[in-house]
Amino acid sequence: MRVGLGRPIFGQYIRLFMKVKILAFGIAKDIVGGKAGAMEFSENATITQVKEALTEKYPDFDKLAKFSIAVNESYQEDTYVIKEGDELVIIPPVSGG
Amino acid sequence: MSDIDIQISSKPLNVPICYDYVSDHRAGGNALFVGTVRDQTHGKPVVKLDFEAYKPMAVKEMQKIAETMAERWDALKISIHHRTGTLELGDIAVIIAVCTPHRKASFEACQYAIDTLKETVPIWKKEYFEDGAVWVAAHP
Repeated sequence: MRVGLGRPIFGQYIRLFMKVKILAFGIAKDIVGGKAGAMEFSENATITQVKEALTEKYPDFDKLAKFSIAVNESYQEDTYVIKEGDELVIIPPVSGG
Repeated sequence: MSDIDIQISSKPLNVPICYDYVSDHRAGGNALFVGTVRDQTHGKPVVKLDFEAYKPMAVKEMQKIAETMAERWDALKISIHHRTGTLELGDIAVIIAVCTPHRKASFEACQYAIDTLKETVPIWKKEYFEDGAVWVAAHP
C-alpha cells in the first residue's frame, strides 16, 4: 500500500516511498492478521496518514474506542513525520493491571 | 535518588519480593497494591485471562510512572511488577509497592501508579468466557 503525494524534484512530482516496519498487539494483531508487517509511505508521511492508511485497509480500526501509533517505543503525536528505519507499533486501547 | 524495580514476567508474581524491596528505615509508610484475576465481568463468569505486552515500551512507561511517584510524592523505593501470559482466577496480574516518609503520600503514589498504568502502559488483557473471548476496553 502506498500513501501520500511525494515531493517535487526538478519541477516534477516524484513519489519517493519508504518501507516501514509495523508491529501489532492485542486486538490490532487480530485485525491485521499478524504480529508484524510492512507498509510503504511517502517520505513526509505523518502518523495521521499512517492511521488513515490503516483504517482504509482495515476498516475494523474505525470500530475501536481509539488507537495510537508508537514510534521507536514511545507514543508520538499525530503530526510526527515518520522516517526510514522507524519501528511503528499499533497501540489499541490498553488494558493492563 | 529513588530505587526503582520494574519487571514484566511470564512467571507467577511474588508479593514478598516487591514488599521487601520497598522496606526502608527512612520510610514511615509502605503501600502495596495487588491486582488479581476476578471471576466475573458484569456478572459474566470469567474462565481465564491472557495478558500480552509490548515489553520494551511497557517497561519504559512503567519506569516513567515510578519516576513521577518519586518526584511528586518523594517515594523512596518503588517496585512495579506485571505478569504476562495466561492467568487463572485469583492469580496476581500486577503488584505495586512503594514507601514514602509519610503515609498519605504512599497511598496517593500507589493510586496514581495503578490508575496511570491502566491508561498508558502497552499491555492488553483478553478475557475468556465460556462462550468466547474479548480484548478488554478495545471497543467503545
